[in-house]
Amino acid sequence: MLTYIARRLLALPIVMFFVSLIIFLLLSMLPPGTRVAAFVGQNPRALGATQQLIEKHGLNDDIHIQWWNWMTNVAQGNLGFSQTQTMPVTEALASFLPATLELMMASIVPILVIGIWLGVLAAIHQNSWIDHISRLTSIVGWSLPTFIAGLLLLMVFYGMLGWVSDGRLSTQATLIVRSSDFISYTGMNTIDGLLNGNAFVFWDALKHLILPATTIVIVVTAVIVRIMRSSMLNTLREDYIYAARAKGLKENVVIYKHARRNAMIPVLTTSGVIVAGLFLGFATAEIVFNFKGLGYLFITSAQQLDFPMVLGFALFSSIVFVIINLIVDVLYAIYDPRVSLD
Amino acid sequence: MSSNPETSTDRASDARTRVGRAFEGGDPQHEAQPKTLKDRLFPVTLRKILRNPLGAIGVILLLVFAAVAVAAPWLAPPPVDDYHFIYESEDFAFPNYRIPQDGFSGRPSLPNADAWESFPPDWRQHPLGTASGQYDIYFGLIWGARLAFAWAFIIVGLAVIVGVVMGSLAGFFGGWVDEVIMRVVDILFAFPNLLLAVVLITVFSSPVTILGLTVDLNDFWTVVIALATFSWLTFARLLRGDILTVKNQEYVSAARAVGASNWRLMGRHILPNSIYSVFILATLNIGSIVVAVATLSFFGLGLPIGAADWGQLVAFSRQWILGTRGEPLVYWFTFVPPAIVITLFVLAWNLVGDAFRDVMDPRMKR
Repeated sequence: MLTYIARRLLALPIVMFFVSLIIFLLLSMLPPGTRVAAFVGQNPRALGATQQLIEKHGLNDDIHIQWWNWMTNVAQGNLGFSQTQTMPVTEALASFLPATLELMMASIVPILVIGIWLGVLAAIHQNSWIDHISRLTSIVGWSLPTFIAGLLLLMVFYGMLGWVSDGRLSTQATLIVRSSDFISYTGMNTIDGLLNGNAFVFWDALKHLILPATTIVIVVTAVIVRIMRSSMLNTLREDYIYAARAKGLKENVVIYKHARRNAMIPVLTTSGVIVAGLFLGFATAEIVFNFKGLGYLFITSAQQLDFPMVLGFALFSSIVFVIINLIVDVLYAIYDPRVSLD
Repeated sequence: MSSNPETSTDRASDARTRVGRAFEGGDPQHEAQPKTLKDRLFPVTLRKILRNPLGAIGVILLLVFAAVAVAAPWLAPPPVDDYHFIYESEDFAFPNYRIPQDGFSGRPSLPNADAWESFPPDWRQHPLGTASGQYDIYFGLIWGARLAFAWAFIIVGLAVIVGVVMGSLAGFFGGWVDEVIMRVVDILFAFPNLLLAVVLITVFSSPVTILGLTVDLNDFWTVVIALATFSWLTFARLLRGDILTVKNQEYVSAARAVGASNWRLMGRHILPNSIYSVFILATLNIGSIVVAVATLSFFGLGLPIGAADWGQLVAFSRQWILGTRGEPLVYWFTFVPPAIVITLFVLAWNLVGDAFRDVMDPRMKR
């Protein structure tokens, strides 16, 4: 197993290299006059001096020189300047990250708990009404595009009932958060609210978090229920389950101790797909609810053709994605030792 | 490992070919399933899909959508010379249709029940109301069906073609060909799908230079390329795996031993026995491709504003779904019809795909 993990770790820099190469190639397809925007910085007047800037940063040089310049910049954490955010790309990423982390923490646990629970429930009651209902909801949930689910929630809970609103905080809470008394520890409003002992901010932030989190939970849970159900059905037909029953174990022990553990493996193996799905879910939920996280930043930058921001974000998030997949693979190898034997 | 000793079937003696034919004919695999591909895909399969109640619902829904798409010119005849309706179809390349605008106000106007007195309703009276910007919702829904089918078939078709070519090359030839193709697949898999699509759309939004060539795609093809770029990956990977299993079967070795060429091996023996999982996956993928296109449109990253596109109709409703003060939900009609139509279209493909998979691959059935 250790060699397997070591091999996966060694492959990581190679994958990262090629990922960055693709981003660079996409960038290099743009005309120099567009790419120069990344270097203009805080001083928009410099736009008048486009030609000098192109020369200065070697945007007309041979491609391998440009690539080297770009790599040195990226290695130093310099992804260029975002004109729509009027700050360097890395700074923009750092300032929008906490909102997305907050959303992620709020949605990942319900997704796994509800998804696995419903999947197992549907499998052990195969072809009963529980199964039919769970299959129907998971098919509908699977077909319901995230933005429609989100807009529906927005329409009902904001437009009709007025319980919550969009954005991350109400105006009043924003004023408190921006005030000098309020210390921003993490940038996540719920946690900061708790740390500052401010129940109002905490409650307000939580209310704004519920709808986008629910949207993501609805859409992604449907996928997990499907995977879990079919995997559980397969596991329940394994010989060792018959053996466990023949030993006279209680049905609950057979299902929850013997079957469910192994049936959860496919959820782990498909989590790459799930993480990619989460990405779509986050971007959409953040746009629908004006929840200003990374997904919101990315899509709005794309709408405004802010190339340094879009490509910088792409580099950042695909590296994160690669690392998450690596962690999943390692966990998988630990959980199911058969994997590392290949 | 390109261990295909015979590359000279053309020069093979008659006798050898005859033996080959006889041998192939006697192959138990072939006796069990004559005319593999055709037989597997049509009438029997369709009948089996229809026997599954959910699959039948899916097929019926798709037929309804197809009928709407075909009958679009009758259901909502496009305006010809009507000064009220700005219609610039010339600006748009196929298959992009523009929704006529009846004015410019941002405030949607209510559905008009009178329009339903005749069938098909006169869209000039706005049977389903107008969206923000006075785009007629009924017209958009009808013509959007054509666009939805076009997206689905063109993107998935392109992805299947590229995936099948790449997957067969990798699986059949092995060696460095396999290595190169599969590493490219691995690296493209390292990007979350939608992320890559959005990046490509942003980059291709203006003319770009690739290896000294200037490429200027219109909005329709930008979206096609953006989504096809990652869609072919799963097909290639799946097909490669299946080919690796099939190509070491005895009947393939037998065909090779009697002098079948690479093309013949591939076309008659290996592909027909491995490709069906690609078709299953393709049907299952159409739903998610339609969702992806609609999502991109909703983000404003698809076709130009005013295209007859369901995702865009939902985007128009975004500012109005909350209603006005004191009258929540007055503008529900801008959101609900396009939302239902998109969801049903995706649902239909998913149901058909699910039933198709159950029929084709009983092992995957619960």
